[in-house]
Amino acid sequence: MSLTHHATAPEGRGSAGGSGPSGSGGTPRQGTVLPRATTVHKIGGGLLDPRVLWKSLPSAFRKLDPRVQYHNPVMFVVEAGSVLTTYSAIAHPSAFAAAITVWLWLTVVFANLAEAVAEGRGRAQADTLRRTKRETVARRLLGWESGQQSPREEEVPGTSLRLGDHVVAEAGQVIPGDGDVVEGVASVDESAITGESAPVIRESGGDRSAVTGGTRVLSDRIVVKITSKPGETFIDRMIALVEGAKRQRTPNEIALNILLASLTIVFLLAVVTLQPMAFYSGAPQSLVILVALVVALIPTTIGALLSAIGIAGMDRLVQQNVLAMSGRAVEAAGDVNTLLLDKTGTITIGNRQASEFLPVPGVGAAELADAAQLSSMADYTPEGRSIAVLAKDQYGLLERNEGELRGAQFVAFSAQTRMSGVDLAGGRQVRKGAASAVRDWIRRCGGNPAAGLGAMVDAISAAGGTPLVVAERTGGTARALGVIHLKDIVKQGIAERFGEMRTMGIRTVMITGDNPLTAKAIADESGVDDFLAEATPEDKMELIKKEQQGGRLVAMTGDGTNDAPALAQADVGVAMNTGTMAAKEAGNMVDLDSNPTKLIQIVEIGKQLLITRGALTTFSIANDVAKYFAMLPAMFASVFPGLSRLNIMALHSPQSAITSAIIFNALIIIALIPLALRGVRYRPSSASALLRRNLWIYGIGGLIIPFIGIKLIDLIVMNIPGFGG
Amino acid sequence: MSPALAGWLQVGLLLVALGVCWRPLGDYIARVVTSASHWRAERGLYRVMGVDPAADQQWGAYLRSMLAFSAISVLFLYGMLRLQHYLLLSLGMPDVPPALAWNTAASFTTNTNWQNYSGESTLGYLVQMSGLAVQNFLSAAVGIAVAVALVRGFIRSRTGTLGNFWVDLTRVTIRVLLPLAIIGGLVLAAGGVVDNFTSPHTISTLTGGHQAMVGGPVASQEVIKEMGNNGGGFFNANSAHPFENPSPFTNLFEIFLILVIPFALTRTFGAMVKDKRQGYALLAIMAILWLASVAGVTFFEAQHAGQAAQAAHAAMEGKEVRFGIPGSSLFAASTTVTSTGAVNSFHDSFTPFGGGIVLFNMMMGEVVPGGVGAGLYGILILAIITVFVGGLMVGRTPEYIGKKIRPAEMKYAALYILTTPAIVLFFAALSIALSGPRASILNPGPHGLTEIMYAFTSMANNNGSAFAGLTTATTWYNTTGGIAMLLGRFAPQIFALALAGSLARQQAVPASAGTMPTHRLLFVGMVIGVILIIVGLTFFPALALGPFAEGLH
Repeated sequence: MSLTHHATAPEGRGSAGGSGPSGSGGTPRQGTVLPRATTVHKIGGGLLDPRVLWKSLPSAFRKLDPRVQYHNPVMFVVEAGSVLTTYSAIAHPSAFAAAITVWLWLTVVFANLAEAVAEGRGRAQADTLRRTKRETVARRLLGWESGQQSPREEEVPGTSLRLGDHVVAEAGQVIPGDGDVVEGVASVDESAITGESAPVIRESGGDRSAVTGGTRVLSDRIVVKITSKPGETFIDRMIALVEGAKRQRTPNEIALNILLASLTIVFLLAVVTLQPMAFYSGAPQSLVILVALVVALIPTTIGALLSAIGIAGMDRLVQQNVLAMSGRAVEAAGDVNTLLLDKTGTITIGNRQASEFLPVPGVGAAELADAAQLSSMADYTPEGRSIAVLAKDQYGLLERNEGELRGAQFVAFSAQTRMSGVDLAGGRQVRKGAASAVRDWIRRCGGNPAAGLGAMVDAISAAGGTPLVVAERTGGTARALGVIHLKDIVKQGIAERFGEMRTMGIRTVMITGDNPLTAKAIADESGVDDFLAEATPEDKMELIKKEQQGGRLVAMTGDGTNDAPALAQADVGVAMNTGTMAAKEAGNMVDLDSNPTKLIQIVEIGKQLLITRGALTTFSIANDVAKYFAMLPAMFASVFPGLSRLNIMALHSPQSAITSAIIFNALIIIALIPLALRGVRYRPSSASALLRRNLWIYGIGGLIIPFIGIKLIDLIVMNIPGFGG
Repeated sequence: MSPALAGWLQVGLLLVALGVCWRPLGDYIARVVTSASHWRAERGLYRVMGVDPAADQQWGAYLRSMLAFSAISVLFLYGMLRLQHYLLLSLGMPDVPPALAWNTAASFTTNTNWQNYSGESTLGYLVQMSGLAVQNFLSAAVGIAVAVALVRGFIRSRTGTLGNFWVDLTRVTIRVLLPLAIIGGLVLAAGGVVDNFTSPHTISTLTGGHQAMVGGPVASQEVIKEMGNNGGGFFNANSAHPFENPSPFTNLFEIFLILVIPFALTRTFGAMVKDKRQGYALLAIMAILWLASVAGVTFFEAQHAGQAAQAAHAAMEGKEVRFGIPGSSLFAASTTVTSTGAVNSFHDSFTPFGGGIVLFNMMMGEVVPGGVGAGLYGILILAIITVFVGGLMVGRTPEYIGKKIRPAEMKYAALYILTTPAIVLFFAALSIALSGPRASILNPGPHGLTEIMYAFTSMANNNGSAFAGLTTATTWYNTTGGIAMLLGRFAPQIFALALAGSLARQQAVPASAGTMPTHRLLFVGMVIGVILIIVGLTFFPALALGPFAEGLH
């Protein structure tokens, strides 16, 4: 929402009961109840569909190419180890060597499978997108100028359009490329990219001018100025994004990789140096066992799942209809300290609603309500509807249909008159509109606005509401009946949501064009931490810079061209898909639903991504303890019988103990793929609470689970000939 | 009073003494390193050194100053040892041979004080006093300087500067170490530690033989040996020698000296970052692990398997009767959790698990409380590793003391924790694999493996205590040991300073409810867990073949 609309709110068209296409073209999905975080995390159920795994298998094998595998240092070590054991198993065949070799290879394949499954989901989406990107024929206009009546046009393939070309699209035609509408208004079906079937209005000028190539014009005719080069359109970028083609590692992922690589080096060194010590102790180990020990110790679980977690995190955003232009932005979302939230659509529902009828002295409340209802009959804006609803609720006035009143003439709202109303057959005229406009009307009709009217109007303005004056003319002169109090309605559950944000350590700032008084009233009611009233884009920019200077990360949404600098400056800038191309270019995310509330979910998805990484890292490292207890006694108890006391799992034989540890190590990867793709459960809470919870589950759980798992596998493996010991 | 009760009362008394000094000493050190004014004597020194005390150094310059200073120290000490014959007060001792001189120079400059010689029969008074004792002060001061530089990385924002190495070095030496050494030295002398310049007395022993009794300026050197976490004894027997450590009182006082500065530096940290709770958290981590190892060593040493031990009701072999099990165990645990390396008993004679614990103490990287300065920067880096994993679990880019742990910080922290284990494992494995070095092992079997592991763990972690039982006065051990000590000291310091530079350039992040708290018990537990798991996982194979193989029957 552009701020300038609200700056003039009390007298502006949005609040004066106006109607027209622009009123409904904005945010197609604005529920009054916010979606809960849990709805985010349900997405991706049924991930371990065997068919998905099967389909991803070829890709998993292709990734075994060392030139690809090398990008994942941990799994590269496992692959190198697998090659060594393969050689060893061929040179000195045994059931044990064969089993270890097979399971080591499986470990690598499972890791690649995790990545392949994650990528596969993106690829499916990319295919859907590609289908919409069929070859289009563009009607290019030659030498188009604004207002030209019948420009010359030629038909060219959509792919040959250049920046700055003008094309025309009419009902039923596909818009050939990204651009801004420069002439006309049209309803456009954008379901190809947003999945939303309701058409949206696109018009020249203002903040709803952007159109996306591949969408279809449903009615009317528009002229579009092309703003993207072929191959770099919005859809092209979306395809690249969901496919992960240009996926770059995020800073946090790099840091984690450094930690994992250094742990790998330490364990590699620990095992390499073990052999001389083992020789000295009279218990030299076979190559197969040493490789198995390395693989068991290095953090294979997180190493295998790390890239899948990253891809899946981006994917979760896509499923929320948010396109992140970089993984870095998703990560930054988890770090955000300050959320700048536009009042309208985020904190309040999009439109103001009637809350009260205030009659002038000498007029009954019911009379005022009746007149208000009459005047709103042909007003289908949410404000107009809310007046009818209030009249019905408070005074039992049933809604009248237009047809009921024979001979009535309805007066539609216009920007010039800033009034709407009805002329009844009996000569009675009822008007409703902005205070100054209605007062003028009364004076023109020879009446005098009532004495108390001015004070009532001012009082409502001061309280943060919008006053609409109702007047009627019976006989010759007009008189004011009273004032309707239009109020911003704060969304249900938003205060709770802000409370959650506070416990997460995130400060919420409401941005509004309203005056400070109005802003304060809404801020108090919604529980937002702070507000910026009468905000201009410059104010917003300044606020962002100030927060950033204090070391805080800022997230915001925006759609207008004048939001573009702030969107670019913010650490997380979410552009509304309905907005201008400039805004979309400036932000690092685009919300296809154009729902400003989405910002909160984006933050949660960012956090969930980091938590999943941390949890699985902790789990992976904690696992090592059990593996040591399985493998070291198996390796050395023959020489130092005392060490068999470390065999606390009472594993059957050295062969079965080592094999079981390796099998567990491989299977745990498969078992955790769903978790990696879905992300760990996340509920907004304080850092301490989150830490305690995750530490219990993934730290302590990571210590205990492998003891149980290895023992269970051992109970099976011990029955296989060659492992009985 | 039973010996066990006396032992625990001794620990209690030590805790009280450390507790009383923690706050004032920690705050004092913080004031010393943050104060803007210079003492007159210091200004004189700066003029002599040609240093502008007002000039703040980038991390690279700080590092270069530190390395240059240390390089000169090594060379100077090496020269003194090689030319001892020509020096005053040499007591007629010959020049020290090259390999031993190299090892000793590296050892004392790196605060390790590994000694492949016996002091009374190798070194004259001048070398001991102006070579070794001076390094005892300076190497300790260098450690504190690096720690302070790292702390400045946390408290400074958007600057690359970490203070001035020369100023830190000078101030810590003159304002902290010297005054404390004077007081401590007097207490030790009063407690019976000798301090003289007399020539060796020759006395007749009971059996009719003759023995040369060497005196010397012992008390003055003993105090900095303990307080600076150096550990190089005036005598070969180190703190077991009655001239160095004559009574249970001096024993307890020496343990106090060992621990007082490393613990107090956590307070310095809390004061400098203006969040005392952060200092308490680090103190808790250190205190818990130190007390656990004291309890562990005491427990295993009080056991009495074997005939001799049963007769003595404890494993008294290699321990002084005047200290007993509690005094020896407390000393052994304290000297190995710090980088001191002074000994009042033979760790080689400890029970397998008692010896295993003192070995493990050093494997923890000398962080609980660790060496003077080295302990603080070591634990800060472990805290960073912990914060990284834990911070991810709260859903934010991990941050510690207002600084984010990004790839650059992680790189230096990871290199830091990687270095010392790599040195230990590499040299230990090499020494075992090669027949020459392997022949130095005195006891075959698992105990011999422990001896070699202990030697390189001690040197690479700059502890300097000897397990004994391994003949290390060979060219191989002198040379590799010197390399291990230098790498084990300076590579981590390079990474710590690089990390500090990277942190100082960052913008500070304000804490919020979404920030992982690093002052709570949960974090204390996490750091302990990370230390135990990382060290455990790295060294478990070696420990299994050493102490575990020996101790489990």
